[in-house]
Amino acid sequence: MSNQPILQVQDVTKAFGGVIAVNRVSLDVNEGEIVGIIGPNGSGKTTLINCVTGFIKMTSGRVLFRGKDISGKPAHKIADMGITRTFQIMRPYYSLPCYKNLVIPLFSPRAKRTGGWRGGGKLGDRDTVGIDILEEIGFERDSFVPYKIASTLPTGYLKRLELARCLALKPEIIICDEIFSGLSMSEIASMVPLIERLQMDGITLIMIEHRLRELFRVSNRVMVLNFGEKVIEGTPEEIMANEKVKEVYFGSEEVEEVMSHA
Amino acid sequence: MNIEQRRKERLDRGIKVRTDGLYAIMSWRELSYLTLPRLVLILGMLALPLIMPSMYWQRVISIVCIYALLALSFDFLAHFVGLVSLGGGLFIGVGGYLAAIMNTHFGMLPLLTIPIATVVGAGICTLFLLPCLPLRGVYFAIVSLMYPLALARVIVALDILGGTDGIMGIESFGNRWVEQYFVILMVLLFLFGARRLVNLDIGLVFRAVKDNDQAVRASGMSITFYKAVAVFIASAMGCMGGACLVHIYMWSGISLLALDFSILPIAATVIGGAGTLVGPVLGCLILVPISELLRAFGTLRIVFYSLILVAFIVFRSEGIMVYGQRKYHQFERWVKI
Repeated sequence: MSNQPILQVQDVTKAFGGVIAVNRVSLDVNEGEIVGIIGPNGSGKTTLINCVTGFIKMTSGRVLFRGKDISGKPAHKIADMGITRTFQIMRPYYSLPCYKNLVIPLFSPRAKRTGGWRGGGKLGDRDTVGIDILEEIGFERDSFVPYKIASTLPTGYLKRLELARCLALKPEIIICDEIFSGLSMSEIASMVPLIERLQMDGITLIMIEHRLRELFRVSNRVMVLNFGEKVIEGTPEEIMANEKVKEVYFGSEEVEEVMSHA
Repeated sequence: MNIEQRRKERLDRGIKVRTDGLYAIMSWRELSYLTLPRLVLILGMLALPLIMPSMYWQRVISIVCIYALLALSFDFLAHFVGLVSLGGGLFIGVGGYLAAIMNTHFGMLPLLTIPIATVVGAGICTLFLLPCLPLRGVYFAIVSLMYPLALARVIVALDILGGTDGIMGIESFGNRWVEQYFVILMVLLFLFGARRLVNLDIGLVFRAVKDNDQAVRASGMSITFYKAVAVFIASAMGCMGGACLVHIYMWSGISLLALDFSILPIAATVIGGAGTLVGPVLGCLILVPISELLRAFGTLRIVFYSLILVAFIVFRSEGIMVYGQRKYHQFERWVKI
């Protein structure tokens, strides 16, 4: 692993008219890390990653990917470089069967170049590759699930489908926007090992979360945002112990609960 | 109070399920279940010029086919790419004027002008519409409607391309059988081509752009590029129609940019069944002859015409083809709940 961070967010600011949603936030993400971003509702977490992935234009600041400036590039170019994201409100192609959902990212220039997830630069039949990816992400291969229309699936599968769409591009970074929210405890319990396995595969993950217990378990570092500004950044233990975080954001009771379970 | 409630249950017919896979080639019955509807359409279209009583009605068939190409392009753009196009007049106009110029100024034969007008015209239309492709919403419809209206005014005001008189003396197809079978074959070619296209992987990308364009961007693909490709394909169908039209009428004028070409394909799509691709062609086969039959009533025909449309929208808004396909593939029964 090189010493240079894979992703450098430098003084990113986004103003919607007079409202400053993200104010001079900086963050370095090292290769292979899992970095969590937490903060109360409206603290600018999603806006920040929308800026990083090019879905909205940032007002000022820079984003460097492997030392290369990617700020201001269109979203599909950034995804093409390997920075993929999931959406907070899931965006599957509802009218298509699950495995056909993956044919679309597998059709992209990046997938053709890299051969898709696990592919060695050669992409076979897209339907088959799609089912392979679904199997890895926890869809039973021999069941009907991969062939079901996406609109008939429960939330847990749709969240996995979001991840699968990222994997189809053979990504270097996956930015997960609240991947645990709306899931049952057992679904989360099966999602956590999946996240850990992706890290072992060498993928860098940035996770926006409200489920602090699970996030603290998987992440290496956590950044706290409040009113668009960075409050603190540190290891999960440091964040949990920090008085400022307790006062500004958590409310003392929840911290105790998290501490007692972690 | 105990009201018995019933609900209509729809189940796929056994034969439909059997013909989904390779088993379809097991018996003649299954084979014909799959191929018969297609054969009826193809043979029916090919037989049309032969069964028409007069030259006048044979000419109507050619016009039906021009409208069918437009309706096909509307249905493809609206239901598989998510772009509602009112640009039928633009496509016909650009294709028509291109073919007219090439034929009268450079003396090219219809054999040459039609393919060139199709490809070059589609390129021009795509360039015209490119600025509004990154936008979502109603903009595409508005801009595509504006172009034909604006172009007609420009031609009249600057008195270019023949002005209000139009370009005359364009070569015809030579033989009316050639003319009719050419347009009929083109309709069949584009119809089955489009049906194949939307089921290919690139067709899935088109449908994904309609379903969910943000996810397509997140997958590393430019939605503007794929929309442009789709507009090129659709406008190629329209321009081909326009080029054929000027060779049929042997005249090209600003009526090529008329609103009829934008509106009638939409009506045909509503009647025939949106999103089926075959439906719009059937819709044109019904609507265009009806509007010819009603010509005797003068402007009153618009009233009849509107009544038919309203009746369809109220009583069978799904369209003929969607209804037909459902009856063909499924059986229905009432079940108690």
